[in-house]
Amino acid sequence: MSLYDLLIVPFSDYGFMRRALVACLLLGVGSGPIGVLLMLRRMSLVGDAMSHAVLPGAAIGFLAAGGYSLFAMGAGGLVAGLTVSLLSGLVTRTTVLREDASFAAFYLASLALGVLIVSAAGSSRDLLHVLFGSILAIDAASLELIALITSLSLATLAFIYRPLVVECFDPGFLRSVGGRGGLYHFLFLLLIVLNLIAAFQALGTLMAVGMMMLPAAVAQLWTRTLPAMMAVSVLTAVVSGFVGLIASYHLGFASGPTIVLVAALIYVGSLIAGPTGALSRLFRRPHLAG
Amino acid sequence: MTGPAIRLDDLTVAYGGHPAVHHLSGSFRPGSLTAIAGANGAGKSTLVKAIVGDLRPAGGAVLFDDLDRSAIGYLPQAAEIERRFPIDVLDTVLLGAWRRCGAFGGVSRALRAAAERALAAVRLDGFGKRPIGDLSAGQFQRVLFARLMLQDAPVILLDEPFTAVDARTTADLLAIVARWHAEGRTVIAVLHDHGQIRRHFPETLLLARQCVAWGATGEAMSPANLDRANALAERWLEDAPVCRPAVEDAA
Repeated sequence: MSLYDLLIVPFSDYGFMRRALVACLLLGVGSGPIGVLLMLRRMSLVGDAMSHAVLPGAAIGFLAAGGYSLFAMGAGGLVAGLTVSLLSGLVTRTTVLREDASFAAFYLASLALGVLIVSAAGSSRDLLHVLFGSILAIDAASLELIALITSLSLATLAFIYRPLVVECFDPGFLRSVGGRGGLYHFLFLLLIVLNLIAAFQALGTLMAVGMMMLPAAVAQLWTRTLPAMMAVSVLTAVVSGFVGLIASYHLGFASGPTIVLVAALIYVGSLIAGPTGALSRLFRRPHLAG
Repeated sequence: MTGPAIRLDDLTVAYGGHPAVHHLSGSFRPGSLTAIAGANGAGKSTLVKAIVGDLRPAGGAVLFDDLDRSAIGYLPQAAEIERRFPIDVLDTVLLGAWRRCGAFGGVSRALRAAAERALAAVRLDGFGKRPIGDLSAGQFQRVLFARLMLQDAPVILLDEPFTAVDARTTADLLAIVARWHAEGRTVIAVLHDHGQIRRHFPETLLLARQCVAWGATGEAMSPANLDRANALAERWLEDAPVCRPAVEDAA
């Protein structure tokens, strides 16, 4: 098999593969920077919880549209995700529970409710679709929605970048200069929900966060500045999407899990070969004179 | 420049109903240099947070003469800042220009030069591109002082600015505090070192949740006042009755 057959033919021959690739590129560009900020805010598991929290809304959208409709499921997911975010925020501010604990409580309830709705009114195949996604079934309209979310996400992130960064590393300072930390936190949660919805059809509710967190973890192992982290995170997500699709095509694997597994392999490789990884401990690096 | 006065009008700040600062009244004079002293749990940081607006009073108020609260320069305790965040020293100092640039404005070359001058003033020339996570505790505190210098605030609040900082850094930072005082700014610092307070801070507010003494440091930090502060700080009544101010009782 030539390199052309290996890397190009799957995409040149099949429209669904091309659409899946474009979806992966868009998801990587949108989710990469969000994942880095999530990780730096020590909210990695909140992202995971949120991806489950959108399920009941998406399930209702799925049933209302009579099948897979990213618009209907997206709208339902958005409402469910934001409701869980706001309720968790409210519980965190008014009780002794921390944000991760209140998120855990709400997402478990959401996940259970979502699975119940889909399994009660749909088939087990529907449930599999919702839980694990079907990236090869993405149509042009879904692609447009993902592109819209990615564009909106990047533009919003660029706009709120500075206060979001300050809110993340020195929230007391932001409050003291009159910055509205709560507003930026909410906008950030909104971006997370939107990006999870974009990733929903591709990777399903259980793995939608995979395109966010694994690339972000890889980026943190290789770089030390925020812009570089975001760039490496995007690159990792995009490469995972491309390699994952190629591998799933040639090996006959399910595409979504293969993409996430490729990202996981890059993560394990980075743990070993990264600047602070296992290999670096085997070799002593020369130190500077001063 | 003469910094504005800050007046505390019967201020009470409480956590879960328990007052951490209780019926505190008085003024930080314009241009004064005041230490806030007291044992752990005496309400020092709580008071600073209430002045900055981070905590809402359970009673009374913090009043400013001719000052927008966001114009206060505030140095939080080091533990409240995420030191592992990937931001470099120069960008951290530039945050001091928040009131000029805001959340969205650009950073001019002049501002960048001012930030570099502030770094030089705290003896950190050439550190601009280093990540803050690479700095020692003392170096990081110098960075935060450089940020305050760029902030150019008429009122500066410092919450335990010299904790875990070596003697030389402390001396350098105290010199900056003295310069701010000489420039007429109102400076308030939460401190634990009584010797340092006596040597460098002309006025002291001695707290034990309530005001024990407030005035010239020599008098406020008298042995009798310190004994009283210690005795009060050790008191904590889990089943305390609801506080009813004397005015209401009289009425």
